[in-house]
Amino acid sequence: MKRIILLVVISVVTFSFSLAGAEEILNGAGASFPYPVYSAWAYDYYKATGAKLNYQSIGSGGGIRQIANRTVDFGASDAPLTPAQLNKDNLLQFPAVMGGVVLVVNMPGVKAGAVRLDSEAVCKVYLGNIKYWDDAKLKTLNPKMKLPHNEITVVHRSDGSGTTAIFTNYLSGACSDWKARVGAGTSVKWPVGIGGKGNEGVSQYVKKAQYSIGYVEFAYAEQNKLAYTLLKNSAGNFVEPSFNAFEDAAATGNFDPKKHFDHWLVNAPGKHAWPIAGATFILLAKDKKDSSVKSVRFFDWAFKNGDAKAKELIYVPLPKSLKDKIRAYWKANGIY
Amino acid sequence: MPILQRKNPVDLSFSLITAFASFTVVLLISGIFVVLVRESSLSIGKFGVLKFLTSTEWNPVTESFGAATAIYGTFITTGIALIIAIPAAIGIAVFITEISPNFLKAPIGVAIELLAAIPSIIYGMWGLFTLAPIMSRYIEPALKSSIGKVPLLGTLFQGTPMGIDILTASVILSIMIIPFTASIARDAFNLTPAVVKESAYSVGATKWEVVKDVVLPYSKLGVFGGIALSLGRALGETMAVAFVLGNNHQITSSLLNAAATITVTLANEFTEADTDMYLSSLFYLALVLFVLSFIVLAIAKYFLLRAERKYSR
Repeated sequence: MKRIILLVVISVVTFSFSLAGAEEILNGAGASFPYPVYSAWAYDYYKATGAKLNYQSIGSGGGIRQIANRTVDFGASDAPLTPAQLNKDNLLQFPAVMGGVVLVVNMPGVKAGAVRLDSEAVCKVYLGNIKYWDDAKLKTLNPKMKLPHNEITVVHRSDGSGTTAIFTNYLSGACSDWKARVGAGTSVKWPVGIGGKGNEGVSQYVKKAQYSIGYVEFAYAEQNKLAYTLLKNSAGNFVEPSFNAFEDAAATGNFDPKKHFDHWLVNAPGKHAWPIAGATFILLAKDKKDSSVKSVRFFDWAFKNGDAKAKELIYVPLPKSLKDKIRAYWKANGIY
Repeated sequence: MPILQRKNPVDLSFSLITAFASFTVVLLISGIFVVLVRESSLSIGKFGVLKFLTSTEWNPVTESFGAATAIYGTFITTGIALIIAIPAAIGIAVFITEISPNFLKAPIGVAIELLAAIPSIIYGMWGLFTLAPIMSRYIEPALKSSIGKVPLLGTLFQGTPMGIDILTASVILSIMIIPFTASIARDAFNLTPAVVKESAYSVGATKWEVVKDVVLPYSKLGVFGGIALSLGRALGETMAVAFVLGNNHQITSSLLNAAATITVTLANEFTEADTDMYLSSLFYLALVLFVLSFIVLAIAKYFLLRAERKYSR
């Protein structure tokens, strides 16, 4: 909450400045998930260069439509567009920053990092096949824990969100049952569970309801002191969510510039990679070179100077190797 | 044309300006209607009217949409909210106009109007952080273990009390609409001529009898008006219920389950609706609410008119 209030203040200040003069103004619109970090970058960027960014967090759907209609300099979307969609609207796409999604549980006496889960277990819990904490499957994963015979309260998002898209892509990728019965998207038809609105809604629920499990962005787990679980990744290791684990996922994730980086950062092959992460993407219009060059200038600046600020707000900066790939992509498209 | 008969140019332009202002409202409403129809045409084409209204499926992944669950949620939350709010609101109005000592009237009146001035998002957050935990910990388990055991009525209180459910949403809605009903009912009660009340008292009627047989019949219209207004407000209320209803597309007999209303679906899913069919279906839902509200308000208006006619006779 504090983070949001601080950034609202910052953005209000930035916006009120933007009314003052006729300097360079960059207009962006879209995803709400990266809004705090874009605003913070914009504030620093303005202090450093005098150029302003006006970013409206109207949601990914709106961002895609705005850039398709060419009413903004760049659009932002939590979900990557496919190359076919990009070609249709003549767009370019690259990732800007990442976030990790973690599973959080509430059981008396259970601390962060105590419960171990794998994708099959998570999938079965969210499908409603595993109903109790002392299920055989959970027992094998946690041989040393004393799991109680209590019903699992499953918590999910009630609103459409990029977080849900990342989480359901993780389940679809790891679990064929989920793919067939539910699928992946910003909002899905949940087989079981109750819905909380926003990350704050889910956090609130997991915090209040004993024997519950939910998924939230990493930042919310940290701020609300929720007990996150360990997850087994594709390499077969149980990993703890951390900046390093997210960065390892990004470094080993298959971001292909030829496909305009269209990739879900889930079940990444890295040894220490956290399996549920996701980048948020920037969309540029190929035919509006001026706008794209201006936008690229901003994100290039943010790649160079914005990592600390991003981490402060618990976003995961892109690893250097990926930034280099993106710069090469910009060059290849003549906007860098 | 009475407007043109006026000779004074100031008068004429004044009339024209007011007429223009009034017509903008009509224009806006029809504009909104046209936009809703146009934006939802994709979905109307795919699902038709009857299928969309009766289908309980709402699955963005398979792009299969129906409004039945949202319509059900809208009516059930509104209905329960009215059941809770109307007696409370009339009680408040009776207390202020008939029972309360004079020095209490103003503060209570102001407090009620302040209740109406609170933005609905505040109700929503309060509902999520304060009311929902109270409901799930104390009120709902109590209801479940008492009324929940009664046959038939008990089906209303089945399932795990989580606090994010129809009952919590309805309670919040009812708190939101109490001020509307109460302040209009109060104004209506105040219009009862003192002479009539005093003559009732003078023939030995008790306070209860005066309220029941003199004030209430006299002010029926105003009270109905207040109820109709709050009905409209409850149908369209969004943020207060968006946080505590769970947005779960299902038709359920238990009030302890999550559900979805039309507005809650829109608020929750509009920003991240990524495909054309999804967005179009959300517009279609909005169109359904638009038509529903129109019908409900028309019915309310019809009853008001009928009551008025009967009353003036």
